[in-house]
Amino acid sequence: MSKANETLSPPSLQSATHGTINRIAGSVISVDDLSLDDLSSVLHLATLLENEDALLRSKRLAKRRVALLFYESSTRTRTSFELAAKSLGADTALISSLSSSIEKGESLKDTGITLRALGAECIILRHLSSGAPYLLEKSTGLPILNGGDGMHEHPSQALLDLRTILTRLFGAEKAMAVDEKTLAGVTVSIVGDILHSRVARSNALLLPRLGARVVFCGPAPLLPELAAEIGPGIEIDRDFDRVLDRSQVVMMLRIQGERLAGMRLDLEEYKLRYQLNQERQAAHAPTALLLHPGPIIRGLELTAEVADGTQSAIAEQVRHGVAIRMALVLRALEARKTEPVKKAARNAKGSQA
Amino acid sequence: MKTILIRGGRVIDPASSLDAELDVLLRDGKVAAIDAPGQSKLKKDEEVEIIEANGLVVAPGLVDIHVHLREPGQIYKETIASGTAAAAAGGFTSVCAMPNTIPVNDSPETTRWMQSADRGAVIHVFPIAAATRGSAGEALSEYGSLKAAGAVAITDDGKPILNDAIMRQALAAAARAGLPVIQHAEDTRLTANGSMNAGPMAFRLGLRGMPTEAESGLVERDIRLLAEFKDTRPHLHVAHVSTAAALESVRRARRNGLRVTCEVTPHHFLLTEEAVGLYDTNAKMNPPLRSAADRNAMLAGILDGTVDAIATDHAPHATHEKEQEFERAPNGITGLETALGLSLSWLHKTHKLALTSVISLLSTQPAAVLALKGRGSLAVGSFADVVIFDPAKEWIFKAKQSRSKSNNTPFDGYTLLGKVHFTISEGRVVFQARG
Repeated sequence: MSKANETLSPPSLQSATHGTINRIAGSVISVDDLSLDDLSSVLHLATLLENEDALLRSKRLAKRRVALLFYESSTRTRTSFELAAKSLGADTALISSLSSSIEKGESLKDTGITLRALGAECIILRHLSSGAPYLLEKSTGLPILNGGDGMHEHPSQALLDLRTILTRLFGAEKAMAVDEKTLAGVTVSIVGDILHSRVARSNALLLPRLGARVVFCGPAPLLPELAAEIGPGIEIDRDFDRVLDRSQVVMMLRIQGERLAGMRLDLEEYKLRYQLNQERQAAHAPTALLLHPGPIIRGLELTAEVADGTQSAIAEQVRHGVAIRMALVLRALEARKTEPVKKAARNAKGSQA
Repeated sequence: MKTILIRGGRVIDPASSLDAELDVLLRDGKVAAIDAPGQSKLKKDEEVEIIEANGLVVAPGLVDIHVHLREPGQIYKETIASGTAAAAAGGFTSVCAMPNTIPVNDSPETTRWMQSADRGAVIHVFPIAAATRGSAGEALSEYGSLKAAGAVAITDDGKPILNDAIMRQALAAAARAGLPVIQHAEDTRLTANGSMNAGPMAFRLGLRGMPTEAESGLVERDIRLLAEFKDTRPHLHVAHVSTAAALESVRRARRNGLRVTCEVTPHHFLLTEEAVGLYDTNAKMNPPLRSAADRNAMLAGILDGTVDAIATDHAPHATHEKEQEFERAPNGITGLETALGLSLSWLHKTHKLALTSVISLLSTQPAAVLALKGRGSLAVGSFADVVIFDPAKEWIFKAKQSRSKSNNTPFDGYTLLGKVHFTISEGRVVFQARG
């Protein structure tokens, strides 16, 4: 090809700040928002808060305001964020798309501005559109905790999965700090509907940073080849038995019917190849830890026996979720306290604000 | 109308292979004479405005064959007056307005309405009419009467004609009427719900992708249909090519003697999908920004002459529309005020494309693609459409200072090369730089 420049964009034409956006301290929208040190401090804080006297804990964020803005249904994420914030003493307000002005066409930006005006110091957002939390962060200047955005990320889920893995594999006392070798030699397989899964993305981007190997497994329509290119340490193997053979951790995912968008999938065929059942588990992963972000569909991606079996940590994951989310909420509001005047999020292109 | 004498500039006119220090005399809306310095002959008592152009390039006014002026119907985004003012500031003297207005411009009445003096256009607006009624892809509009009303091409831009039979009919009818068919090549069956280029980055961001095959496949189909014609030679113009494969198809078709032309936008020869960053809606357009390989292919196609024209696909949207979730935000960016500067910076300065070639791609060649008579040329008798710019001046583009009603551009804050000093449309100064 021509003398075309090999760089991705012509830097000579750009101003120094072009394309960067100011991020808000305390926000966790992607697992990439947390350095290894940040991860360690979140894990440490989670343990600290979990073990703290409930009365003392409830004074930490007494009467501070946290909003939960949910554009999609949720059981685990919403409840555990709410319990987390409440157990720190914060007042919470839940806004869901079906009982608010969102139904009347209010934009995400205006909803965010309204919540800020009502005193919210942090917004926990679940949204159907990938990237929506960045828009909310930019519009409000508040720390945003991403409770799942479209097919993009679900970072608090990846963090609670990490805490579950660390606790089960190495014990609770080892679940308080991580480095780039913490999960060296550990293979985590993520099985099923990778394409639509924000949980898969957050885990696949997070775990290899700690030394883990991530193996995606699933049928081509739900797992395109390019999925392995989203980050280092990720590979694809569509042979479920072979994947189980080498996995210390197996994360099963739900088929996301609501996101299939016309895709045809033979569920019987799917179950035959990718369902985790007792025989398969006994033959190929007799000791592997079983995770599932929920909601589980018994009889589809896994059987009831497996879900309720001794290798299953599904209920533990939920418990870890409250601890992790307490840490994230506290961290978000602490960041706000220490940097109260950090300027409002704005695209570097100030004119757009 | 005062006569204008442009003195001492470097006159570059690709149409007549001129590149020399000359004086240009504009009289009665036409180019009256091009003379050696100081040799222009004025009439007795003729009132003359003199523009000193020492150190500046004097070129035929730029021609943008792909803009969305949003009028009628969406004047909160842009009007013909504001859009042409932005165009004039960018050095353009002719723009071709796409028909996806409200209502869709599929009639001679709307075509004429858009050209009425009441619209307040400061430069010439050439309407491009809808290929099918309401751009619904079913029944052809009336090309003969649309042409008589001033339409210079037909297209269902944004709603590509997928049906083979309709496209065949459109090509045949357009050939009879002597109009090019412009196709926004996108097989929308492959791009449903897509909001950026398909690939690892879209996957990482959790966005549904628009594969390159959606573009190249439809270009291939159109070329196949074109090749069926034996007696007539329909003219297919491929709008905003963004993929290496589609450009290669155009190259091959042309080698086979078919009448195919194409345009590339500055953002597609300059940016890649990386510009989407953290869901920047000002990097969302259709076709989407592609991979570096595709971007480089656009550049190569410009340098090797495959690309006929640079067109902006100027697509203004209001701030509240772009300040939405990425998937909900509308496609498109403004481009009239940045096209020349980006082309000079990237094509001329960085990639050493001759100044005359850059001007040709922005003026002479696009005028030729849509057969805009008397435009894109400084030959005596042509319209007095002139841009005068400083080719060495660097400046920083600020979106909020745009003359467009909208400022949805990814180029805010970019350092651009080449500052427009004057834009003259049919003998009238329609833009003059301050200071």
